[in-house]
Amino acid sequence: MTAVPTLAVDDLSVEFRTRSGVVKVLEHVGFRVDRGEKVALVGESGSGKSVTAFAVMGILDAAGRVTSGRVMFGGSDLLALSEHDLAEQRGRELSMIFQNPRTALNPIRRVGRQIADVLVRHGGATRNDAPRAAIEMLKKVRIPDPERRAEAYPFELSGGMCQRIMIAIALACRPALLIADEPTTGLDVTTQAVIMDLIGELAAESGMATIFITHDLALAAEYCDRIVVMHAGHVVEAAPARDLFSHPRHPYAAKLLAATPGETVALEHLASIPGGLPDLRRADLPPCRYAERCERRTDACAQPLPQRTVGDGHVVACWSPL
Amino acid sequence: MTVSASPVPPGPLLDVAELAKRFVVGSKRGLVARALSFSKPAAPPSLLHAVDDVSFTVGRGETVGLVGESGCGKSTLVRLINRLLDPTSGSIRLGGAELSDFRASSFAGNPHRARIQMVFQDAGDSLNPRYTAADAIADPLRRLKRMSGAQLKARVEALADMTGLPRELLPRFPHQLSGGQKARVGIARAIAVSPELLILDEPTAALDVSVQVVILQLLQQLKRELGMSYLFVSHDLNVVRLLCDRVLVMYLGKIVEHGPAAEVFANPSHPYTRALISAIPQADPERRVDRLRLGGEPRSPIDPNPNVCRFYGRCPKGTPRCAEEMPLLRPAGAARQVACHFA
Repeated sequence: MTAVPTLAVDDLSVEFRTRSGVVKVLEHVGFRVDRGEKVALVGESGSGKSVTAFAVMGILDAAGRVTSGRVMFGGSDLLALSEHDLAEQRGRELSMIFQNPRTALNPIRRVGRQIADVLVRHGGATRNDAPRAAIEMLKKVRIPDPERRAEAYPFELSGGMCQRIMIAIALACRPALLIADEPTTGLDVTTQAVIMDLIGELAAESGMATIFITHDLALAAEYCDRIVVMHAGHVVEAAPARDLFSHPRHPYAAKLLAATPGETVALEHLASIPGGLPDLRRADLPPCRYAERCERRTDACAQPLPQRTVGDGHVVACWSPL
Repeated sequence: MTVSASPVPPGPLLDVAELAKRFVVGSKRGLVARALSFSKPAAPPSLLHAVDDVSFTVGRGETVGLVGESGCGKSTLVRLINRLLDPTSGSIRLGGAELSDFRASSFAGNPHRARIQMVFQDAGDSLNPRYTAADAIADPLRRLKRMSGAQLKARVEALADMTGLPRELLPRFPHQLSGGQKARVGIARAIAVSPELLILDEPTAALDVSVQVVILQLLQQLKRELGMSYLFVSHDLNVVRLLCDRVLVMYLGKIVEHGPAAEVFANPSHPYTRALISAIPQADPERRVDRLRLGGEPRSPIDPNPNVCRFYGRCPKGTPRCAEEMPLLRPAGAARQVACHFA
């Protein structure tokens, strides 16, 4: 059981066809998430974190196309499943918390019903039991006065509460894999702590594996077991959270850490990352998409990207790592 | 302008005293039903105490942080000070002038308008999509300073230079700008009319960390160069710690703790502040502390019992005394104030 990861993404490439050309959004992305493990995908906006999640869930935009790779989950390749089989997996086994709860919830359906819907469709609940089970879920995500709140529409609830409703929907059927796309953005630190603890408890209790998408490195380091750093559609470094924090090896990961405000740094010592993401439509994209922003660039960087193992479970895609 | 030409009066720039804002809520009966039931004496309406007896000052050139969870009244307080809302009672003095006398509805045409400006939360949402960057920055100059022509163009270009916005981006529309560039436009627009007080409402919440650093450093540099005072609203405590001289902690409409930022962060006195600070995510495992978990539910801000501490019920300390006597904000050390019986 332990040897087989819950999810193994291998060599995943995705491109988007746009009017102004083909955008190579993901290239050879690979990582694995074991049972009960919490893995963070971190990177700037545009690094391909959300697209990775959408590709795994099979909900890519119509313009997006998977050009290579496998997403192994529970013995089958999700990318090869029919839409019907995938729909059976989603909700029950695979579940996702979307970035913006206000737009992800149905605005004209009471939130209790929205949770009940999932339980009926995927959780084997009957229409009669579902409302009670929905209220149980609301209790679990610490919604005060759950009986009354179940009758509310999303617009009647605060952002933090909508976020918790989303989480209740995602967790209702005790999925084997949860993808949480910035689940706490815009929440207060105190609410954020409650929600992260809740996800952690479920992971420990039921062995749920979690992919946690964020750009907050401190949050990722505190709550996740491993961190996968993405830049412009590449995985540049993957490491246990503790190792990445103490010894980042990829120059980009190190810069990202140096830009994160913390307890001990003064504003003058925080460093920004020079340059921006390269234009992913370019035909002449260098093998390392960070090369043009990188201070450690050498002639070796013109070769195809290496996958160097630099420690236990610590992989870096760089020719001159720190 | 007559306002800015007057000599600088002594004392703090902003002096807010006993400011309160209560909203009428929850009258179940409609207007007609109420009008028809004249025989029965009408029950007094329920009041939501959004901001309750808040007093503080912001000195010249000072940055004061305002923190607290959503729903604590931060935004209402900011809107009162920015004169977008009329207070129920209390005073707002800006450099000696009483601003609460002016109605919010007509404040846009008031000469004091230029003295307080605001940088809004989401730079994307707060820019008019049909205005170019240049139009957005020029708008307050046209309206409040009556500038036009070559003078206006020169000022807009100077502001773009000051905020690090490349001049060639000035003819672009918001959707053609990146998040960081939009943030720069928002800041340029706010400082265009040379305000004395700049209110920053989560100015970097929508930005990536690498861009956030640049914008925070820009704000710090502008403050030094232009001598503005900042009221910085945020729930990112790591950012507040970097930027602020003093910090105000709000909970359900009241200030519960107040003091120099370094001291409050190093040694929080109020149980709520302690919970807040212990919840800050900490990347360094060596520095991680045991989190103070808050149980219970926040009390309702609607018709709150004036004798019960607002934090009672969630507070790990809570004693019977807290349910009988509201703790007042009282001095705790040289520059600090805290509203707790046990601090």
